[in-house]
Amino acid sequence: MSGAHGSTVSRLFVPGDSRIHRLSPEAKLVAVVAVVVVIAMTPRREIVAFALYALGAWAIIVTTKIGVLTYLKRLSVIIPFVMFALIVPFIGGGESVRVLGVSLSIDGLWATWNILAKAGLGATMSIALSATTPVAQLLHGMTRLKVPRLLVAIIAFMLRYIDVLVEQLGRMRRSMVARGHDPRWMWQLKPIASSAGALFVRSYERGERVHQAMLARGYTGVMPTVSEQRASTKEWLAVLLCPIGAALVLTVAVV
Amino acid sequence: MSASSISVRELGFRYPGEHHDALRGLTIDVNAGERVAVLGPNGSGKTTFVMHLNGLLATQSGEVRIGDTPVVESNLMEVRRRVGAVFQDADDQLFMSSVREDVAFGPANLGVSGAELDELVERTLERVGAAGYADRNPHHLSGGEKRRVAIATVLSMDPDVLILDEPTSGLDPAGRRELIDLLSSLTQTQLIVTHDLPLALQLCNRSVIVSDGRVVADGRTPELLANVELLAEHRLELPLGFDPSRL
Repeated sequence: MSGAHGSTVSRLFVPGDSRIHRLSPEAKLVAVVAVVVVIAMTPRREIVAFALYALGAWAIIVTTKIGVLTYLKRLSVIIPFVMFALIVPFIGGGESVRVLGVSLSIDGLWATWNILAKAGLGATMSIALSATTPVAQLLHGMTRLKVPRLLVAIIAFMLRYIDVLVEQLGRMRRSMVARGHDPRWMWQLKPIASSAGALFVRSYERGERVHQAMLARGYTGVMPTVSEQRASTKEWLAVLLCPIGAALVLTVAVV
Repeated sequence: MSASSISVRELGFRYPGEHHDALRGLTIDVNAGERVAVLGPNGSGKTTFVMHLNGLLATQSGEVRIGDTPVVESNLMEVRRRVGAVFQDADDQLFMSSVREDVAFGPANLGVSGAELDELVERTLERVGAAGYADRNPHHLSGGEKRRVAIATVLSMDPDVLILDEPTSGLDPAGRRELIDLLSSLTQTQLIVTHDLPLALQLCNRSVIVSDGRVVADGRTPELLANVELLAEHRLELPLGFDPSRL
């Protein structure tokens, strides 16, 4: 029963053979972070710069061949932020314009645009990365970028066990429902709270067992490196064109 | 592949904060290449005992030897290479994000790397009938596949001794049969901790019954399993209608 269905994190990867799929994970990771930094630094009124970024981002999404529908579905994660951003013009101060009889703060409108544009572009880059790079590869990339091994190991364990945990929680929920638990009101939350506690204890125990399994196979406190393959200079150059291009756009826009 | 003998003398153990000894003078000798079933009720100390064999629990009293090597702090690395432990819950054993990394974990800790490591992983996976699984996520394997890959994670360290804790629990009948085929094809000394008495009969000529932290019976498996009073005394039961003498 367990393990037959896809996991939450590994489902993000869309198998394919696009040029972006073939790039080394560490190069992609660095490029995405750099591009996001440049986008975040762009003043909000530089509409032309944002338009060029959007064009570039669109070209990347098209190159990944993950499909527009998949892309839009994933982009929907920013909706909660967007909802918040939409409120700002109504509550913002300063000068205002009247649109259809409603007074909107000009500053607030710019703030909304700023959040929408940056969140959208940032999410697009993350989608391009996560859809073209398997999680395990991404972790290797982090190791090669000299992210501390222990930190990579912690992330790896989190990703490895999150599905096991979710399944465990699912089993506990089912067993509660099977015995007539039907939470509808706040005061019925107690069993859920206590199951969270039980889940914590179980996870802690699992952590101990996993540690023993690691010791049994000669673990001495340092995660071994498994893959030695590194990104080529050519790959780095190709990938870094994105943040460099974005930075150029930003410089031209600002100067 | 080689095999080592196991020698355990008067092993005693008490978990911190407990008032009851988990092991009380457990003594057993296993010959190199022998396959022995360790039977016994829940809480009898079976798991505590086998966790001493590769030093996961430090010896409090008594002595454990793998071949000529005593299991003590200064030998732990060697002992852990030579004694492969396969735990009951394969999700504890398979903790990396791909099967390849899990099988490579042990040998990589021993310093194997590069093409040699890749080749070792491929060969070991093939050995357990899991060739081509290397890039799969351990979470997505079936119960039987997980169990075989878990065995591969210790076989890749080229152990002399295999410790298997409840290897058939949670497997479907075909998965169980495949596991039995695999275990019977391995030449290492094997200690199989189990409640699955037919498994013991099928795989092991010799069985021991551990009860209350001691070995209370040690003999040929068919004879032990034919002794209904002995089994009942230690909360062991054959499946309904199962007759060991007719096997």
